[in-house]
Amino acid sequence: MLSSQIKSNEIIFGSCNKDLLEEIIFYGIGLGADFVEIFIENTDNSSVLAEEDFITSVSPSFGRGAGIRIFKDKKDGFVSTNDLTKNGLMRSVSQAIEMLDITDNKKREVFKGLDKHRDYSLSKKKWISEVPSIHEISEKLLVSTKSLKKNNKIIARKGSYSRNLQEVIIASSDGTYVSDIRLHQTVGLNVIASDAQYRSSGSRRFGSSGMPHEFRLWDHEKAANDVFESSMNMLYADYVDAGQMPVVLANKFGGVIFHEACGHLLETTQIERGTTPFENKLNEKIAHESVTAIDEGISEGSFGSLSVDDEGMEPEKSVLIKDGILKKFISDRAGELRTGHKRTGSGRRQNYSFAAASRMRNTYIAKGEHSKEELINSISDGLYCKSMGGGSVGATGQFNFAVEEGYLIKNGKLTNPVKGATLIGEAKEVMPKISMCGNDLELAPGFCGSISGSVNVTVGQPHIKVDSITVGGR
Amino acid sequence: MNSKEITTQITKAADSLNLKKWDYGASFSNDYSVQVDKGEAKQLKASQKQVLTIRVWNESNLVGITTTSDISESGIKKALNQANIASDFGNKNERTEFSPLAKDPIEVKDSKKRNPVGIKKLLTLLREAEVKLLESHESIKSVPYNGLSESFYERVYANSDGAFRSYTKSQAALYLYARAEEKNKKPRSSGSVKLGYGVEDIDIESCIKDASNKTISHLNYSSIKTHKYLICFSPESFLTIINAFSSMFNARSILDGVSLSNKNSIGEKLSTEALNIYDDGLHEKNISSSPFDGEGTPTKRLCLINKGRLENFIHSESTARIFKTMPTGHAGLGSKVSVSPDWIVVEKSAENSDLKSSLDHSTYEGEFVYIEELNAIHAGVRASQGSFSLPFDGWLYKKGEKISIESATVAGDIKYLLKNIVNIESNQKVTTSGISPHIWVDELSITGDA
Repeated sequence: MLSSQIKSNEIIFGSCNKDLLEEIIFYGIGLGADFVEIFIENTDNSSVLAEEDFITSVSPSFGRGAGIRIFKDKKDGFVSTNDLTKNGLMRSVSQAIEMLDITDNKKREVFKGLDKHRDYSLSKKKWISEVPSIHEISEKLLVSTKSLKKNNKIIARKGSYSRNLQEVIIASSDGTYVSDIRLHQTVGLNVIASDAQYRSSGSRRFGSSGMPHEFRLWDHEKAANDVFESSMNMLYADYVDAGQMPVVLANKFGGVIFHEACGHLLETTQIERGTTPFENKLNEKIAHESVTAIDEGISEGSFGSLSVDDEGMEPEKSVLIKDGILKKFISDRAGELRTGHKRTGSGRRQNYSFAAASRMRNTYIAKGEHSKEELINSISDGLYCKSMGGGSVGATGQFNFAVEEGYLIKNGKLTNPVKGATLIGEAKEVMPKISMCGNDLELAPGFCGSISGSVNVTVGQPHIKVDSITVGGR
Repeated sequence: MNSKEITTQITKAADSLNLKKWDYGASFSNDYSVQVDKGEAKQLKASQKQVLTIRVWNESNLVGITTTSDISESGIKKALNQANIASDFGNKNERTEFSPLAKDPIEVKDSKKRNPVGIKKLLTLLREAEVKLLESHESIKSVPYNGLSESFYERVYANSDGAFRSYTKSQAALYLYARAEEKNKKPRSSGSVKLGYGVEDIDIESCIKDASNKTISHLNYSSIKTHKYLICFSPESFLTIINAFSSMFNARSILDGVSLSNKNSIGEKLSTEALNIYDDGLHEKNISSSPFDGEGTPTKRLCLINKGRLENFIHSESTARIFKTMPTGHAGLGSKVSVSPDWIVVEKSAENSDLKSSLDHSTYEGEFVYIEELNAIHAGVRASQGSFSLPFDGWLYKKGEKISIESATVAGDIKYLLKNIVNIESNQKVTTSGISPHIWVDELSITGDA
């Protein structure tokens, strides 16, 4: 078959698909759509699991698919398919048009063709040959899990690695025509420690985007020591007593609370639903003046960084809160259309089967001027949350987070380790109580699940002090 | 390609690659869903999806796997090749084989497959439901989380030893979560989920009524004093906690050292003699029932706790072989095969004389906390340690009156919880995740704002 014939009848990655994409968009606009967007992806993933001293799972996967979104006024229809042929994509457009009940095919929008191709993938095509092989990954994971075996109280050791390579093509009726390649790698270590009736666990996860050699540079010894020490410190810990108290939240993954409790409420999807208390608070004080919060997609190598978002816009650095004042919301195309907040390059989705939505990228509280010790010294009776577990936010903004590794603070000093603590509150009540920010901002990778699936993000903060919060315990 | 054609295609491709032993699992689905916002269509969605997972055994009988959405001839060949390469890293210490039950007859029930009603009908029904819910009470201002969907899917398992089984199903789901606001009060939110084989099987009116009643019932709220309380778990919340700690019954978790049980735990007394727990994936009320698991093993009813004692573990092929028993129909299909329960059924056994039968959530006039729904399970449960600390929606009952609890968590230990069950009510309730009566537990810690 001639290559020109292939081009006209099926999306081929690495080839020019402009004619076919334009034909499909023309078709949608001709049927009366206000806006047509095509998102096409090709994935090549693999994961490796080491348990104790053996590789117990190697799981490659690959796939491809397309998500087609049609807007009519403020509503949208989204169709996803694995069929990347011209007929398959046309069928998806027709289905979306039919779903939206568009019967008026009098052309109101004009499609002038796709703009010049913005190809962000040019320097990234070599990544797939640069990432570590399964053999190399396996060797390093086994060394890592072996180094977790530091005493006989460690009863389970696990190391896991995953690599996701995603090639995307994005084209839409505003002329957007973009290609990109995204690479994400994560590696995690977990242990369970046990002694008689006592049990504890420890875990850490590391991750990067767009850095094929990063796994090779990962300091597995340091990570193993960290996880081991955490599990040992918590093994004989008492349960924390419940109550209201001041807390110091550690840097890095401590930022998960800001992400979950406040960050989500600054996404335009929450405005659309009417579920954020901050909807009408732009340029008003919503946090303590010591708090400046940022969401951006541009930090090199950070897990939430992007060259271009899933709607073809380059990500910007968005200052969400400046000195306690709300300055900006995180917005995507639908968010701009429905709420008026300008897009911030935050339209993101897990894969082709989700429509993009306004989602966080690298989100953190900016560093302040205090040392960690100054924060702890300022508390006579409270809790230091060294490592946070997961958490959730309810439909009315209440949040709940597990403290994985906690220590009591007595008279300005760290004392006994405690387990079973959860932090409970509401963002609009807690944000004004963040009275001190440390000078040790660090970021940590994570996965965020929401309306458009699970996406890679970074959370972060320096050490921060919350003057009072409900601590759940026993 | 249909499932027979895919099997033929895989057989041909495997032969050409000289791969003698393989199996595969596949699913093919068409899904349609709608969301609305104050009478307007918000997002309408349709998807056509196919997922194929192929396992290949190499000459050393080590297994490798690959998953793909590309079921073209070249995609299948690539998947077989990748699985073959991955088999070089197969686990030598715990080998995987075909399930010895993969060709046993399966219990084929009427799948009750429905026909699609289409996006327009879904939209009309959801719009009407939203309007009715908004009109049900003046404080309900919006229904921020809502959706109506229908799915049509086929699942297949086949292997090179001649096993082939498939089934097709349909399923529909409606969820309505309302948000209520009153002056000088915090907004409150609650909702309801209903499942059916098709949209016509969903009791939309009862979903609206449940969502409305639950939301309104939380309008008058108060904080609760941090203390230990007598607890009544709703059927939904008790099933949530049992599912969260199902690693107790899970042979895979035991082998991995992340379960509270061990190989010798069968027969261990976990709870009152009045407690029976089954896993019953084929239960007639289980809309999502599957006649076989990821390895092709037939699904069956299995007693997990009998009169308070641990009776059985759930198994895959490999864990069953290690435990010298048979697979139970609870396996996934993976490089390392996962094991999970299907549909938990909790009931009161005949040995129930030690229960405090006066504890009935609809008549008891003493003080207790009623836990309607547990939240944030992924964050608040430490299954390997047995502990939990979970936010919940519920009420404090006192002197015959009830008041919604503003914001609180319940914390404890699963073994303590099971040992301190003081009553199992007689009436079971069918939920979306299983069947259970109300369960009463003495002395669990509640942390409130007060």
